[in-house]
Amino acid sequence: MRVGIIGVGMTAFRPATPEYSWKELMFEGASRAYADAGVDPRTDVDSFITCAEDYYEGFGIFDEFVPDQLGAALRPTCTVSGDGLQGLANAFMQIETGLVDVAVVEAHSKASDIVTLEGVIEHALDPVWNKPLGAHPFVIAGLEADAYLRATKTPRRALAAVVRKNRQNALTNPLAAYAAKIEIDEVLGSDERFAPLRSLDIANSADGCVVLVLASETAATKLHANPVWIRGVGWASDSPSLETRDWAGGEYARLAAAMAYRLAKIRRPSTEIDLAEVDDRFSFKELLHLEALGLAKKGEAGKRALRGDYGADGSLPVNVSGGSLGCGNVFEATGLHRAAEVALQLRGDAGMHQVDGVQVGVAQSWRFVPSATGAVAVLGVGR
Amino acid sequence: MRKVGVIGAGMTLFRRRLQETGKEMCFEATKMALDSAGLTRADVDTVVCGTAPDAFDGVAMKGEYLLDGCGGYRKPYTRVFTGGGTGVFSTIAGWWHVASGLADVALVVNEEKMSSCQPHPQSVFAHIWDPILDRPLKPNLVWIFAMEMNRYMTVYGVKKEDIARVAVKNKRNAVGHPCAQLADPNITVDDVLNSEVMAWPVQRLDISPPSDGASAVVLASEDFIRKRRIKDRAWISGVGWCIDSTMWTDRDLVFPEYVARAAKMAYKMAKIDEPRRQIDFAEPYDPFDYKELHHLEGLLLADKGEAPVLTREGVTERDGKMPVCPSGGLLGVGNPIAATMGMKIGELFWQLTGQAGKRQIPREVHTGVSQAWGDLMQYGSVVVMRA
Repeated sequence: MRVGIIGVGMTAFRPATPEYSWKELMFEGASRAYADAGVDPRTDVDSFITCAEDYYEGFGIFDEFVPDQLGAALRPTCTVSGDGLQGLANAFMQIETGLVDVAVVEAHSKASDIVTLEGVIEHALDPVWNKPLGAHPFVIAGLEADAYLRATKTPRRALAAVVRKNRQNALTNPLAAYAAKIEIDEVLGSDERFAPLRSLDIANSADGCVVLVLASETAATKLHANPVWIRGVGWASDSPSLETRDWAGGEYARLAAAMAYRLAKIRRPSTEIDLAEVDDRFSFKELLHLEALGLAKKGEAGKRALRGDYGADGSLPVNVSGGSLGCGNVFEATGLHRAAEVALQLRGDAGMHQVDGVQVGVAQSWRFVPSATGAVAVLGVGR
Repeated sequence: MRKVGVIGAGMTLFRRRLQETGKEMCFEATKMALDSAGLTRADVDTVVCGTAPDAFDGVAMKGEYLLDGCGGYRKPYTRVFTGGGTGVFSTIAGWWHVASGLADVALVVNEEKMSSCQPHPQSVFAHIWDPILDRPLKPNLVWIFAMEMNRYMTVYGVKKEDIARVAVKNKRNAVGHPCAQLADPNITVDDVLNSEVMAWPVQRLDISPPSDGASAVVLASEDFIRKRRIKDRAWISGVGWCIDSTMWTDRDLVFPEYVARAAKMAYKMAKIDEPRRQIDFAEPYDPFDYKELHHLEGLLLADKGEAPVLTREGVTERDGKMPVCPSGGLLGVGNPIAATMGMKIGELFWQLTGQAGKRQIPREVHTGVSQAWGDLMQYGSVVVMRA
């Protein structure tokens, strides 16, 4: 049975939204998705999934606060404590069982409510082995960037090229929070943070909400929808312990991609995929993820980035939306944002940043520091 | 929809286990479950973790932290979280991993470590309330449940003694359970009625104890079960889940409509139209003794207000017509929130495959239902299993 995305709803991504509570953000994202899909959540939707983590939300049990603003009260609803793409994978499976015809996946960020982000992320470190070291958790990203640059002999400049591309791409995305015309030298001259990463290598936090409506092929036909098909999903985790994980190869992304490609029957991703939206919350992650996804040979993503291959008019447009560097880090909503952007591109609804003639796109996510967990979705239009 | 069976289960001792990390408890339960199914980690396609508030363990993204203990290393691994409802809900998530065809074997591991929360895990519950409407009142769970219990007693004229019978039954049932924390063969109704008043009408022995523990079950597709010639299996024939509004102050607490909706969903899938006739035994969520009664009514196994009468008449005893919580439930075995899966899904598996030992229901049972309850008195998750 085929499963398609029949509704996409996104709020604007903003550095702060003092006029809105997180409930209102969710309401807006959901209302937009339901309007896009032409569904009434009270009668047409069989299952709702939220992707959220308690500590980001500031609640003991965030699941409690989900139903009303999504129209999910007294309906099958659950929280996947993961990235939005993991939620998408679970909705996909629910529909594949035949028990559910229409499912909604929601993820959001109200990062501007978080007073102590460093402390929150620090609490995700192993309490015995790592947290007592007292380092800022982004040190892990710095170490990983260093390992990646060394292992692949990628020039440091390539990371700056990623930042320039994504921030500039965001200029054509009206939802983006951090659009800017930035040059490579500005990135290289920005403040040192977690060596080799500098301040402009790190995506800034943003508030926002993304909601997708998924349907079985039969339900999509009944609802007169124009679906973007989910051709494959995959998700995987490497070791949670810093001491035993793969530092330079993005094993989680490689495994997740292998699963998604297997389901989507994609054998040669580098020729079969027209467009990619990958996690870029630290600049080097975009390159590492492209290699793990098989979209670049190991060690070549950096060189290709410097050549401009990943620009909107390059051979493989990557993060045409602006990615997280351009739109903002929306935490657990990041992966769903990637998928939403791919879906809009495949539908031809991406507006100013539309890429022509794309048929197959891939969305990839990572669960941020300190995790080694990620997910991949392959989306397509047509047969 | 592929047929999915439970083929193995394991659970740790439920205690205050300060010496062990959550990961270690997960490993113990996972190993037991895999051993009982005769499988190794290599046979597992995907892992689902169920665990409730991160703040109990004091670890953010707790699912990521527990990952290697749950056998999720380099596998597709997801954590689901529906408060206390996770105890049964994670199995529902495991079910859709297999029923969808994406996995042949799914491992479901639930964990809770409440002892790391000092001085008492109740402090975590200070952060489950609406920050504007509820939190300034400084509510805690015991007094909220006291309100619900009071409402239930008032509407149906239920006597405290009849509710106390549930605690007595379950703590006695737990005597045969190797993991039990509060089994008591000699407990009486008077003991419950004379225990310390926490928030009237809730008394100390009306409540299940906080605990540390983990439990795990292995789910597999029908093809896999046939191919491997696995004999001890119980089929998942119905699943249902439902959440009610966050605004608990806006609804009548006397009946858990969300449980009823989840039950109807599961019964429809299991083709059960007369639950009282077609279901042989039940494992409803019993963190408080009145909750067992409340949930029996929500599961449509008793008419509204009738569950205390059935309890008084002995219908719900292990040798009664409809045994309820033959495991000893949360009241007898303990309440490490999500890890109570061991008494809900695990017990159904052990009873339906005749492996419940001293807890085995003395007549043949074919169909059982388990249910968990969670979030802010708003979540119901229901699984029906058949031999």
